[in-house]
Amino acid sequence: MPLGLLKYGLRRKYPAQHHFPRPQELKKTYDVVIIGGGGHGLATAFYLARDWGITDIAIIEKGYLAGGNTARNTAIIRSNYLTPEGVAFYDESVRLYQDLSNDFDYNIMYSERGHFTLAHTDAAMRTSRWRAEVNKHLGVNSELIYREDIARLCPSMNLSEDARYPILGALYHPPGSIARHDAVAWGYARGAAMRGVHIHTQTEVTGLLIENGAIKGVQTNRGTIHCNRAMQAVAGSTSLIAKMAGFKLPIRTIPLQACVSVPLKPFLDQIVVSGSLHVYISQSARGELVMGGSTDPYGVYSTRSTLDFKEGLMGHMLELFPFLDNVTLLRQWAGMADMTPDFSPIMGLTPVQNYYIDSGWGTWGFKATPVCGKRMAEMVATGKVPQLIAPFRLDRFVDFDQVGEKGAASVGH
Amino acid sequence: MKILNCPLNGPRNISEFVWGGEVRDMPDPADLSDRDWGAWVFLENNSAGIIREWWCHVPTSFWFIAERNTVTDEIIKTYPAGEAFKSRRDFAAKAKPSEGTR
Repeated sequence: MPLGLLKYGLRRKYPAQHHFPRPQELKKTYDVVIIGGGGHGLATAFYLARDWGITDIAIIEKGYLAGGNTARNTAIIRSNYLTPEGVAFYDESVRLYQDLSNDFDYNIMYSERGHFTLAHTDAAMRTSRWRAEVNKHLGVNSELIYREDIARLCPSMNLSEDARYPILGALYHPPGSIARHDAVAWGYARGAAMRGVHIHTQTEVTGLLIENGAIKGVQTNRGTIHCNRAMQAVAGSTSLIAKMAGFKLPIRTIPLQACVSVPLKPFLDQIVVSGSLHVYISQSARGELVMGGSTDPYGVYSTRSTLDFKEGLMGHMLELFPFLDNVTLLRQWAGMADMTPDFSPIMGLTPVQNYYIDSGWGTWGFKATPVCGKRMAEMVATGKVPQLIAPFRLDRFVDFDQVGEKGAASVGH
Repeated sequence: MKILNCPLNGPRNISEFVWGGEVRDMPDPADLSDRDWGAWVFLENNSAGIIREWWCHVPTSFWFIAERNTVTDEIIKTYPAGEAFKSRRDFAAKAKPSEGTR
C-alpha cells in the first residue's frame, strides 16, 4: 500500500494540481480593485466574475491568502439572530452555504450539526423564546427546548443543578453548521482565479488615489494601480484603510481569541454556545474541540494570546463538560475583530464615490461570507445598494438608525 | 496577569479595570447638528500606535487616563484625569432657552 501510493505520487501521468494560478504581474489598470484577500473579498470577486461577468479584478492582500480572520474564526454558520434585518441576511447566507460545495466543485466540508444557545437564567429563557419566535416568523428553523430535550440530544453535557450556572433550556437551531473555513476561501479564490481574477498576495496598500471625491486608484508597495471602482474588506485594519480614504468609522479593533484541544473521540455532535458563560464549542471532523469565548476587554492591534482568556474559558468549559479536565490544548490564536457599537456589520457606500466598504464584521463575519460576497458584488456591479444590505449602511450611526443585534456571538449584552 | 498602574490604588490586575476608549475633546452639543453629534458619539479614530485613553478602576470607581501603545499593548504611563483637564467647561450656559429649563 505505501509503495503503491509512492508510485502513484511519482508518476508523470498524475501531476500535482495547483489550486490557483501562479502569481501574475501586477497590471497598471484594473476595473475593480478589492483590498483584502480574505473570505469576503474573494467571495465578492467570485460573484462579480460568475454572476456579473466582471473579471478585470485585482485582489490586493498584505499577507497571504485568507490568513486573517477567515483563518481565525471558529467556522460556525447559523441564522438564529434577533433583528429581522439580521435574520433575513444571515438566512440567505446559510442557504448559499448549503450549495457552496456544488457551486465550487470543491468540498468545503459543510456539516450540519444543530446549534444550542444555552439559557442559564429566566431572563435568558425569555430572550430565547423571543429569538425563537422571531426566527419562526421569518421562516428560520429555531425553537426553545428544555433540559429533557438537551439531555436527549446532547447526553454528554452537564445538566446537573449543582453547577454554578445550571442550564435551564436552550434556543435550538437545527440548521446550525460548521464548515472548513480555509476551504471556503480556497473555493472562492479558485473559482475567481479560474474566471480571470488576479490575486496579489504580499502586496500592501500604502495609499489611495482620490480625485474630485472619487476613487481613481490604489497605491501599493509594488506600484500604483488605477481603477474605476474599489472596495475594502480588511476586518481588523478597516479603520486604517478608511483613514487613507479620509473618513472615520464607528469601529474599534478588539482581539477575539480561540483555541483547539488535542483530538478526541467524537462525542459532541452539536455546536454549544453559552452567552452567560462566554463559551462556544464544537468538535471538528478531526475530533479537536474548537473553543472560543468573548472578545478581549480592550482594543489592541495584535493577534497575541493571553493566559487570562484561557483560564476564564476553561473554567466555564469544565462546568459544561467536567470530564474534559485533563485534556490539553493544541493550538491557540487570536484575530483582530472590527467591532461596531450595535453588533451589526457595515456594508455599502462611503463618502468616496465608487469606493465601497465591507466592514464591522466583528465576531460574526465567517457565517456571512457567501451572502456578503454576493450582495457586495451586486453593489459594485450596479452601483446601487441591494435591499437586503441597505439597513447596514454606514450612515445609520449619524442618523441614529442602528440595527441592535443582540443575537451576535462573543459579546455581552 | 497584566498589571495596570492605577494613580489612586497603585499596581493592580488589569481585570479590575474597565476600558473607556480614547480621550477626545467633547464639542458643545448646542453648537452641533444631530448628524455631527452622532458622528462625535460613534465615530472612532481607532488608531494603531500610542493613544491616550480612559480607564476606570471598578472597585473604587476611579476614572483616570492611560497612555498605551495599541500595537504592542504596552502601557506607557497613567495619571489622574486632573492632569489633562485643568479647568471646568460649562456646556449648560450655551443651551438654547427654548429647549427647556434644565
